[in-house]
Amino acid sequence: MTQSPKIKDKDGNDWLYSDTVKDHFFNPRNLLKHGEEEKFQADGVGRVGSPACGDEMVVWIKVDAKGEKIVDCKWQTFGCGSAIASTSMLSEMVLENPARNASASVADGGGMKIEDALKITPQDILERLGGLPPNKIHCSVLGDQALEKAIEDWKIKK
Amino acid sequence: MFPKKPKEKKLVYLDHAATTYVDSEVKAVMDPYYTEKFANPSGLYGIGREVSTAMANARKSIAEILGTQADTIIFTSGGTESDNLALQEIAYPHKRNGKHIITTKIEHPAVLETCKFLEKDGFDITYLNVNKEGQIDLKEFKNAIREDTILVSIMYANNEIGTVLPIADIGREILKWRKKNSTPYPYFHSDACQAAGVLDLDVEKLHVDLMTLNGSKIYGPKGVGVLYKRRRVDLHSLIHGGGQEMGLRAGTENVPGIIGLAKALELTQENKKEENKRLIELRKYFWEQLQKNIDKIKLNGAELGDEKTRLPNNLNVSILDIEGEAMLLYLDEYGIVTSTGSACSSGSLDASHVLVACGLPYEHAHGSLRFTLGKCNTKEDVDYVMKYLPGIVEKLREISPVNLKVK
Repeated sequence: MTQSPKIKDKDGNDWLYSDTVKDHFFNPRNLLKHGEEEKFQADGVGRVGSPACGDEMVVWIKVDAKGEKIVDCKWQTFGCGSAIASTSMLSEMVLENPARNASASVADGGGMKIEDALKITPQDILERLGGLPPNKIHCSVLGDQALEKAIEDWKIKK
Repeated sequence: MFPKKPKEKKLVYLDHAATTYVDSEVKAVMDPYYTEKFANPSGLYGIGREVSTAMANARKSIAEILGTQADTIIFTSGGTESDNLALQEIAYPHKRNGKHIITTKIEHPAVLETCKFLEKDGFDITYLNVNKEGQIDLKEFKNAIREDTILVSIMYANNEIGTVLPIADIGREILKWRKKNSTPYPYFHSDACQAAGVLDLDVEKLHVDLMTLNGSKIYGPKGVGVLYKRRRVDLHSLIHGGGQEMGLRAGTENVPGIIGLAKALELTQENKKEENKRLIELRKYFWEQLQKNIDKIKLNGAELGDEKTRLPNNLNVSILDIEGEAMLLYLDEYGIVTSTGSACSSGSLDASHVLVACGLPYEHAHGSLRFTLGKCNTKEDVDYVMKYLPGIVEKLREISPVNLKVK
């Protein structure tokens, strides 16, 4: 049914979405612009969901020459606020600098090892987002699945 | 990037079907009943009688608008309670005479969920289909009436797409059936919450036996509603207690709410002709601007005409390839308040049951926006929306992979 936005928490406070979610929602990171899909020359691409379900995500990755870690990660999302924010956060987790990313050494800059990237769970994304409304978790945190598919795609293509 | 935010954020409220603000004139007549004239209307002392008289006048005023007598007006806590009272307290007391109820697929949850509740309790419910404009087929309705049909509940106007249903025609068909079969059944209930400030409410022209109204959609207070009940319709009480409201709704009356509801109904009904005309013009302009500035946009519901077919304030559109909740949240950042039929905005995570019943593909329902205009909206408000919405749509389409072919 048509409803006004559920942006209040159970105590009736405004913005059920955390500041981090809001930040990623309004300033999405690592977006792949339309028309630049070819130019990006991804090593792997993964797609999950469908518009009919309400959420769809595509994740592109580039893997280093040694085949050890993800050096670039871009995405596009059809979905609600939390779907956009969670994919954006995922891309940041995969690429962020070593200070937060245990698997990357300072010497090689950002990027997560393939084996670690495969271990990312919706729970990890949720924690980094500072939580999501309960009814949003199941449907909007699909980024890890898209990433896994992208890695599979890379494995087939390499 | 998203459109630059204005220096001074303006509030453009376009969700009047959700609720309206309380008109200042309405609030003014309510105010004395909170502190000065606070007595219980059941009190036999002077100040109690004074409140009781005021309440009787409110009842009379509403009855006049409905073309009926005051003793047919039952005050409740709102539309949802009125619907529950009508459905449950016809269904159970009359179940010996039949357990079949007819309703539509596009009812408000207050009716739909009550029907589902009754269904679990052994009642047989027919949910009538609607066409793409949200309109029922009168022939399908006639064919659905059976000997065991005890109740028909069909909304006067839909809250999501504004479709106005042919209540008078349905009522006439029911009268014919009852006459032909010499039966008092089925009773006819209509939820008129969305229609109350816009359409004619004469119960004799509509041929309804029960009709729901509420305050919060007509610039009146929240938490107060009406159930009209035709004389001699055997309705039982849902809420038991002190016997208020002719024994049909116990509990000390919400006196300020009742006074306010009567005033609000009086004002909206008095001004409806001009206001409808104004809203139809404004909506036409809005739709023209939307089509001019946003491609791949579709109108949901009936063609934009007059109030005979569609509520004048309702504009429901689908903006393809993007999702409604995302649009809604960005619009909110610019002060623009609206609603969507997207799954993401509902507790159930299902797309709007109304849009789906109209045959919309799920992806179109997910991309729907409902604008419902009100008394204070002007052309400037529409222009303000048009300043930001196209940019938001463009940006969200940039994020969206819907049209992307991935090898």
